[in-house]
Amino acid sequence: MRKRMGWLFTLMLSLALILAACGGGGSGTSEPEASTKPGEAASTEPAADPAAGGSGGTLIVGRGGDSAALDPAIVTDGESLKIAQQVFDPLLAYKAGTTEVEPALAESWEISDDGLTYTFKLREGVKFHDGTDFNADAVVFNFTRWNDTESKFKFEGDSFDYYDSMFGPEEARVIKSVTASDPSTVVFVLNQPQAPFLQNLAMPPFSIASPAAIEKSGADFKANPVGTGPFVFKEWKRSDSITLEKNPEYWQEGLPKVDSVIVRSIPDNTARFNALQNGEIDMMEDLSPDDLATLESNPDLQKFNRPPFNVAYLGFNVTKKPFDDPKVRIALSHAVDKQGIVDAFFAGQAEPAKNPIPPSLWGYNDTIEDYPYDLAQAKKLLADAGYANGIEQPLTFYAMPVSRPYMPDGRKVAEVIQASFAEIGVTVNIESPEWATYLDDLSKGEKDDLFIIGWTGDNGDPDNFFYPLLDKDSIGGNNYSQYASDPLHEVLVKAQQETDQAERTKLYEEAQVIVHDDAPWVPLVHSTPLLAASKKVEGYVPSPTGSEPYAEISIRQ
Amino acid sequence: MTTYIFKRLAVLIPVLLGMTIIVFSIIHAIPGDPADTILGEKATEQSKQALRDQLGLDKPWLQQYFSYLGELLTGDLGNSIRTRAPISEEIVPYLAATFELTMASMLFAVFFGVNAGIISAWRHNSWFDYICMLIALLGVSMPVFWLGLMEQWIFANELHWLPSSGRMNARDPMEAVTGFYVFDAIIQGQFAQLWTVCKHLVLPAIALGTIPMAVIARMTRSSMLEVMQLDYVRTARAKGLSQFAVVYRHALKNSFIPVLTVIGIQTGALLGGAVLTETIFAWPGVGRYIFEAISNRDYPVIQSGILIVAVIFVLINLLVDLLYVVFDPRIQYK
Repeated sequence: MRKRMGWLFTLMLSLALILAACGGGGSGTSEPEASTKPGEAASTEPAADPAAGGSGGTLIVGRGGDSAALDPAIVTDGESLKIAQQVFDPLLAYKAGTTEVEPALAESWEISDDGLTYTFKLREGVKFHDGTDFNADAVVFNFTRWNDTESKFKFEGDSFDYYDSMFGPEEARVIKSVTASDPSTVVFVLNQPQAPFLQNLAMPPFSIASPAAIEKSGADFKANPVGTGPFVFKEWKRSDSITLEKNPEYWQEGLPKVDSVIVRSIPDNTARFNALQNGEIDMMEDLSPDDLATLESNPDLQKFNRPPFNVAYLGFNVTKKPFDDPKVRIALSHAVDKQGIVDAFFAGQAEPAKNPIPPSLWGYNDTIEDYPYDLAQAKKLLADAGYANGIEQPLTFYAMPVSRPYMPDGRKVAEVIQASFAEIGVTVNIESPEWATYLDDLSKGEKDDLFIIGWTGDNGDPDNFFYPLLDKDSIGGNNYSQYASDPLHEVLVKAQQETDQAERTKLYEEAQVIVHDDAPWVPLVHSTPLLAASKKVEGYVPSPTGSEPYAEISIRQ
Repeated sequence: MTTYIFKRLAVLIPVLLGMTIIVFSIIHAIPGDPADTILGEKATEQSKQALRDQLGLDKPWLQQYFSYLGELLTGDLGNSIRTRAPISEEIVPYLAATFELTMASMLFAVFFGVNAGIISAWRHNSWFDYICMLIALLGVSMPVFWLGLMEQWIFANELHWLPSSGRMNARDPMEAVTGFYVFDAIIQGQFAQLWTVCKHLVLPAIALGTIPMAVIARMTRSSMLEVMQLDYVRTARAKGLSQFAVVYRHALKNSFIPVLTVIGIQTGALLGGAVLTETIFAWPGVGRYIFEAISNRDYPVIQSGILIVAVIFVLINLLVDLLYVVFDPRIQYK
């Protein structure tokens, strides 16, 4: 009897436990609803002083992946740079929503006539989160750390990939020296002029870190970042969340507006959207286009489109017949239904492309008129080029085996293009080798006749698109079309050496005319990633570069 | 018994060695230069060479294997390429998260699975039996992905009863001591937090526990049905014992061995990380750790992650074998 009661007791106890865990609905303590109203800070910190312009509250952002590391200098992934933007400031920054540079830690600058010496006047009175002063020595310390391959602050496993790629590898450094001429003046001397130099300095990987903190934390700095940015790093739970708190001494008056920011990793797009609808997060990255209708029917939510910063294109291998003839390339340009591709595969969250650079980039030439989708015209032009019966010999069409931000499904897009080409008598065979092989084959340009690929910008300078993708110097690298044009090369080199912005703008506009007329590519689309937020979130301006400081965001109570 | 445990542990050595060989070979199965594949399109020759040095890819194959083995023996699992942090430290919170979720799921699965199986056998061919077996069939065939999203939609978005993701209310954090949040909340005496942590466990535990529950229910039922036909059960009944005592005390014990095996295998599988559940519920567990490493081509993490999961699986099976003794004294290990 006693034993029997024991069983019953165990049974009831476990039942009670489970019921307790499942319950909550009836008892009126439904936590996700009650305590997760955006803007209601659960922490005991006092709300921000309204006079300081802050709205207070906690902003919770949901994103797909976690940061790799929190030291911006050693990372290359966008997720890491998103946090870097909150904790650190570079010398210069991008103006909200654009890629134009504006002062940040540097207040003003002068460029010598030969374009080799840049003198920056630094903002005074700025402090790192650890209380040490930001000054010219700190700038010198950071650049020396990145530049000097033997630096003792280059910790095991560290590599400064962005520094190497934007300011030249060890054997070809762009920056010759960085010196502090007084506590608030720093002088950069270059080995050769670099037109996008200011543009590069505004990239988050070149944020200024606290020298004292790097010395103190050593290799652990990548998990304990200390900068001058709007938010102070507090805690990192890997693959879960990163917690940041307001920097009360931030140098921009009245910013940041919220008391704290929590950035959560919720990998599944639909689950992230569920969390937004349930009020567990206030804002999310990467809304799937499929969820757009649900979002628009919910009066509490709003959507944002990130301005495009990429291009997906159909490239022709111009060293191979028949694509050595620009007439053929132009004819086929008329046979690609860009709008159809945008509607079918991007759910409208992209714009058809007519130039190699996205419209959010300065220097974009809007006077270019795209080759319209017109199969009759395409057929006629093809006949003019000597292919009245089309091209029977099947061409090898490489379609990407993986999904990229600029191209979610390369194979399906290739099939649409294949069908259009078939209508004008051009036969193509789609091939999708494994990704590493794919890139390798495109570089060599031996196996493919035409291909789909794309590019995402790094620093917001047109050179970052044109030079690696279309200059004759980049053949064997990312110039997969093997396109060698001397007029274009001349324009691009001139634009690289020019420091006057207006002059450079003109040169890039000219470059777009050359590329349009030669048609080594059919630019396909610029995708505009979707973001969503609660209507309580105000003041958010997404940046084309993929990340932005959350300092201006406030939460309506 | 002790000798048996030692014997079993000794048998583990060749098994573990075999696993190290398989895991070690992963990186060599990459076509072409692994440095190319791992670092991708924008990598410089310098960083590729640095990676080759780090992974020792330039050395002969055998030498690479033995130095890998040597490092493993000293507890060095290598460094992650993506985060550049030592894997042996990095993986601990992920293991804790997975362990907590597995325990909650198995609690759910065993409680409902065993009881449903018992009652189905007890009331064989009744409507309860049919419904239970239908649910079990649905449970086995239901995609976890779909189940998880449905749960979120109903219990989080529509009813607002439960949170849809994470381990904790992000707005109200708690200090992590051990990494097991239930335990952490208890030792810190924070019962409001304990409540929150439990609520975060419910949806993922049900999603993850449904398949094991269904498997356990079916196994319990068929095993019970067999045992209930035996003479000693009839004797127990003849003795005048209540049905409850007959079923739960006499029959259950003898039918539990196959059920225990299933529980062991399922627990091992869940501990290996439930990629889908952990992804949908943003649970920072070991399944996601390995999965993210795969998408980032972080080979050292893939290798070490798989190795650890495999070791855990083997150990759980050992534990199950030892538990047999508890349920069936006739089994003796020498």
